[in-house]
Amino acid sequence: MSTDTMALDARRHIARQIRWRPAEVIFWLATLLPFVLFPTHLVLASQIAITALFALSLDLILGYAGIVSLGHAAFFGLGAYTAGLLSKHGWGEPLSGLVLSALVAGIVGFAASLVIARFRHLALIMITLGMGLLLHEAANSASWLTGGVDGLQGVKMWQVLGQFRFDLYGYTAYSYALAVLFLSFLLVRRIVHSPFGLALRGIRENSVRMTAIGASARAHVRKVYTISAALAGVAGALLTQTTSTVSLETLGFQRSAEVLVMLVLGGAGRLYGGLVGAIIFMSARDQFSGITPLYWYFWIGTLLVAVVLFLPNGILGGLARLRWRRR
Amino acid sequence: MTGAAPPVLATRGLCKSFGSLVVADGVDLEIPAGARHALIGPNGAGKTTLVNLVTGMLRPNGGQIFLGAEDVTAAAPEQRVGRGLARTFQVNALFPALTALEAVTLAICERNGVARCWWRSIAGFTAEIDEAHAILASLSIASVCHRPTRELAYGHQRLLEIALALASRPKVLLLDEPTAGVPRSESAELFEAIAGLSRDIAVLFIEHDMSIVFRFASRITVMVSGRILVEGTPDEIAHDEQVRAVYLGSRHHG
Repeated sequence: MSTDTMALDARRHIARQIRWRPAEVIFWLATLLPFVLFPTHLVLASQIAITALFALSLDLILGYAGIVSLGHAAFFGLGAYTAGLLSKHGWGEPLSGLVLSALVAGIVGFAASLVIARFRHLALIMITLGMGLLLHEAANSASWLTGGVDGLQGVKMWQVLGQFRFDLYGYTAYSYALAVLFLSFLLVRRIVHSPFGLALRGIRENSVRMTAIGASARAHVRKVYTISAALAGVAGALLTQTTSTVSLETLGFQRSAEVLVMLVLGGAGRLYGGLVGAIIFMSARDQFSGITPLYWYFWIGTLLVAVVLFLPNGILGGLARLRWRRR
Repeated sequence: MTGAAPPVLATRGLCKSFGSLVVADGVDLEIPAGARHALIGPNGAGKTTLVNLVTGMLRPNGGQIFLGAEDVTAAAPEQRVGRGLARTFQVNALFPALTALEAVTLAICERNGVARCWWRSIAGFTAEIDEAHAILASLSIASVCHRPTRELAYGHQRLLEIALALASRPKVLLLDEPTAGVPRSESAELFEAIAGLSRDIAVLFIEHDMSIVFRFASRITVMVSGRILVEGTPDEIAHDEQVRAVYLGSRHHG
C-alpha cells in the first residue's frame, strides 16, 4: 500500500470505530419491548431508565476520564430536590424542571471540580465521599426546606408537553424517562467520540503524559465533571417527576455505591456498561427481593466478586473479548 | 557560538536541591537552533533532573530558563510545550489503551487547540489524523498504528515516545535516554530516525552509549554531581583529561 492509501485507511479506521453498530440499534429497539412484554412493570422500567442515566453520567467521569467518585449521588440528589422544590412552590412543568435541575447540579459540580481536578486516586475517593456525606447531612438538617427524613411532600407534576399525564401504570413515566435517557445518551456518545473524548481517555491512561503533550488536564477534568454532574442532576429530577416524591435517600451514600457497582458490573468506559449494569442490577433486585428480601445483598455481593474476578472489564468487556477471540 | 543566533533554549544558574542533596548546582546551558547536543554523565549526575527542571515538571530553587528570548521559569509545563519545548521519557510514559494513531492525533489536537471541542466527531478532523499518520510513517511505525499501545513491541513504543513529542511541533526536543532498554543492535537504527529529524528542531539527548553519542552529537555537555564539568565538541570531549578521569577513573585499577 502506498502512503496515501494508508493515510486514507487511517481516516477510515477512526471513522469505523465511531459508526453505529447493529447491536446498538437492536439495544435501543429492545428498550421499547417493556411496553408490549411487561406492561405491568413500566414503573420498574422507568426506574431502570433513570438509574441507567445516572450510571451513564458516572461512566463519563469514571470510565472515560478515570475520575473515581464515591459521592456522585450528591448531584443526583441536587437534581431531585431542585425539581421537587420547583414543583412544590408552584412550577410543575417537567421539561423546564429538568433544565433547571441540570443547571443547579452543573453549577455545584463545577464548584466541586475546582477541588476535584487537583487530586487523583485515594484522595479523590475520600473527597467525593466527604462531599456526598456533607450534602446529605445538610439536607437532613435543613428540614424546613427539604422535609428532612420525612422527605419532600406536595410534589405535583404537570403534564409532559402539556399532553401526557403521569399515570398509575407508568406508561408516561417510562416513555418520558426513556426519551430523556436516549437524548442524553446521544449527547454522551458524541462527547466520547469527539477530540475532547479522546483527551479524556488520555487523562485516564496517563495524566503526566497529557501535560507533556501540552494539554491542560485540569481544564478537561473540570469540564467533564460539570457535564457529568448536570446529567446526574437530570436523572435525579426524572426520579422526582415520575414518583412525585423526594426522599433523603436520593443523596445517600448507598446510591453512590450502588451506581458504582452497576457500572463496574456492566463495564466502565464502554458507553453501554452503565446501561447494561443498571438493567441487570435493578431487575435482579426486583426478582431476588421478591424471593429472599433479606439476602439480596448476598447475591449482589457474589455477583460483584465473580465479575471482578473473571470479567475485570465488566460484562460488556467479557463479551467483547469473547467476540474478539472467535474471529 | 559567538556571533550566532540566540540559543533556542538556555538555562542560567539553575539550582535545585532536595534537602541537603544538591541535584543541580548553577547549571548554564545553551542550545543553538538545529543543534544535536548530547548530555552525558555518570548515574545520578542530575541529567534527568535537568530535563525535569527545563520542562517545568520540577521547580528550580534558583536560576532562569529561557525559550528563545522568553523567560519561562514560571510557566506551567503545558505552556512550555505550547512554546515549542517537547520531551520524551526514559521509562515509557504512553497511553496504553489508545492506539498509536489515536495518541498522536490527540497530541496534535492539543497543539491545535481543538481538544476541547466536544460537539464534533473526531472522524471529521481529517487534517489532524493525516498529520498523525504522516508522523508515524516518518518513524516507520505506521504499519502498527491501529494497535493499542500496550500491544506494541518495545522498540515501537520507544519510537511512539518520539512521535508524541514531535506532534507538538517542537523547536527544542529533549530526549531522555531514547534507547533505554533497546537492544544495542536496534539502538543505532533508532538514532538514525532521530538524526533524520528536521534541522529546524534542536535536539538535546541523554545517552549512555558513547559510540552513539560520538556519532550523532555536534556538541557534548558532561555533567557530574549536578554540575557541568565541561562542554565542547566531540573531539574536545574525547581528549579531555577530566572526562577521562570521570569515565575511566573507576576502571583504572581493573
